[in-house]
Amino acid sequence: MSASGFGASGVSVRYDDVLALDDVTLAVPAGAVTAVVGGDGAGKSTLLRALAGVVPLTRGSVRAPGRRATGFMPTGGGTWAELTVDEHVDFVAAAHGLRGTDLERRRERLLQATGLHAARHRLASALSGGMRQKLAFGLATLHDPALLVLDEPSTGVDPVSRVDLWRLVAQAASDGAAVVLATTYLDEAERTSSVLVLHEGRELLQGPPDEVVRRSPGHVRRATGAHDPRWTWRRGRELRAWFPADATPTGDPVHVDLEDAVVAAALAREAADA
Amino acid sequence: MRAMIVKEFRELRRDHRTMAMLFALPVLLLVIFGYAANFTIDSISTQVVGPQAEQVAVVLPPLFDVQGTDAAASSDEARTLVRDDVADVVLDTSTTPPTAYVDGSSLFVAQTASAALGRAGDQVRTEILFNPDLTTSWVMVPALVGLILTFVGTIITSIGLVRERQTGTLEQLAVMPLRPADVIVGKIAPYFLLASLDMLVVTLLGVWIFGVPFRGSPALFALAAATFLFVVLGLGVLISTASQTQGQAIQVALMTLLPQILLSGFIFPLQAMPPAISWIGYCLPLTWFVKVSQGIMLRGAGLDSLWPAFVVLTGMAVAVFSAAVLRFRRDLAPARRASAPDREQVPA
Repeated sequence: MSASGFGASGVSVRYDDVLALDDVTLAVPAGAVTAVVGGDGAGKSTLLRALAGVVPLTRGSVRAPGRRATGFMPTGGGTWAELTVDEHVDFVAAAHGLRGTDLERRRERLLQATGLHAARHRLASALSGGMRQKLAFGLATLHDPALLVLDEPSTGVDPVSRVDLWRLVAQAASDGAAVVLATTYLDEAERTSSVLVLHEGRELLQGPPDEVVRRSPGHVRRATGAHDPRWTWRRGRELRAWFPADATPTGDPVHVDLEDAVVAAALAREAADA
Repeated sequence: MRAMIVKEFRELRRDHRTMAMLFALPVLLLVIFGYAANFTIDSISTQVVGPQAEQVAVVLPPLFDVQGTDAAASSDEARTLVRDDVADVVLDTSTTPPTAYVDGSSLFVAQTASAALGRAGDQVRTEILFNPDLTTSWVMVPALVGLILTFVGTIITSIGLVRERQTGTLEQLAVMPLRPADVIVGKIAPYFLLASLDMLVVTLLGVWIFGVPFRGSPALFALAAATFLFVVLGLGVLISTASQTQGQAIQVALMTLLPQILLSGFIFPLQAMPPAISWIGYCLPLTWFVKVSQGIMLRGAGLDSLWPAFVVLTGMAVAVFSAAVLRFRRDLAPARRASAPDREQVPA
């Protein structure tokens, strides 16, 4: 964890008898976007909830600003179905003590940035999924937080809205916020400054996306013949195969990207645990 | 089809709340209806006053359970004993013939007592107080006020709170710079106000449509309703903390509502229940609110006679509401529990 930024150090979180996070460390520097990636049940949401302060830690520590300087967008957005867009802004602004011309300036900025001007009097339940996610993002950033925690902001959102959301995320970081987000879309994670790869609550890899790719364990090849199905996966029309570092790989070499690197790291961990 | 049946059984086996409704509820209903569903009164609490009190007390039929005599008490004092719920029947021997003052706000007791006294012919004059025509709606409306408060306080509140959890907005609230007290009061106050409005409407309609008298202090009635509301709102909050979905909340809330309807004396008289069952009734908040609301509305009773019910309701309100707030606070701010040594807050 950087001395000046935010983050988690050696964090473990246990839900009853399930260890959801096991000794995870993550630095979230200001002015940058940090991605947490991993499969279902990897611990992404738990780590973000720990950073936001809504889940107690079993071990470790979190370094974060106070709630007035934290913005949080939970999975699914966390909007109130029976409130209009404007009423959402009113409520969140009141919670942050924003009023008067400052509130109106921020409201206008949110509506412009999210494209929700025409829908400002519409109930959240009547918004499309993408519009709801953009509203939730706007609410999380209404008070210009120093730490912005976004739990899968683009999941279930159409491609056009995803582009819009990413523009907003990049803008928040360029405005100086420390942004940390969970995503299952690895093409999105490739655009971030740093990536933490989680698997079953444990850290597999961490660093800038190109470094994570470079450090991916073993060998990744295009699967051409008979390969052990446990170590193969589909990428578009092709099959990929993973080989441990000490094995002699077969098949054509491929350009390994972040998705390949994440799958390879998860398979390497499973092989080591087997 | 077999696969569907197997799947359904597997789901049911793991749904403990539904299983409780399937098995515990029928057993509960059987026991309650078997023992509690009884309109036959075997014993009527009785006081005998006036110069012949001692002599008359010993010759009364066993139905009249004489709990005290007072040779010096006047007719006015006899009426006061009924108003203050000291006894359901007070026999005044200072008049000729003796007058039996019967508490009409205890409907089934009054019906049983007047039937038994009627068999004595001209030897006793019967005067039914507070509900002379033994009108059922007069007794039901004050109790219905409590039932409606229970419905709004427990079911509607628990649904409203669980909705926040189900949609993920509870975590959103936890991260906002709101104190847990702000969230708790902010969530509960609207239900408190709406339930109060409901109570007012039902009470006014009861008085207007059914002609139910309101003889006591409206302020005391409002105080009782507010105290009772804290109990039922607390129950609603407690249920919400133990439920993940609105369906679960409704199931649990119904399981708390049903015993209150059946055992509070609202439908079946507590005096007709075996002690083990009536004691369950005395552990339920609606029982005490019904005592207070009927006492204030029908008998014009004051705090001097209703204080035991107020003490019980206040105790329940403090216990249930405190437990509810503590549990809700724990859900709202788990990471801020205790001293939270694991969270270092740094300046933005």
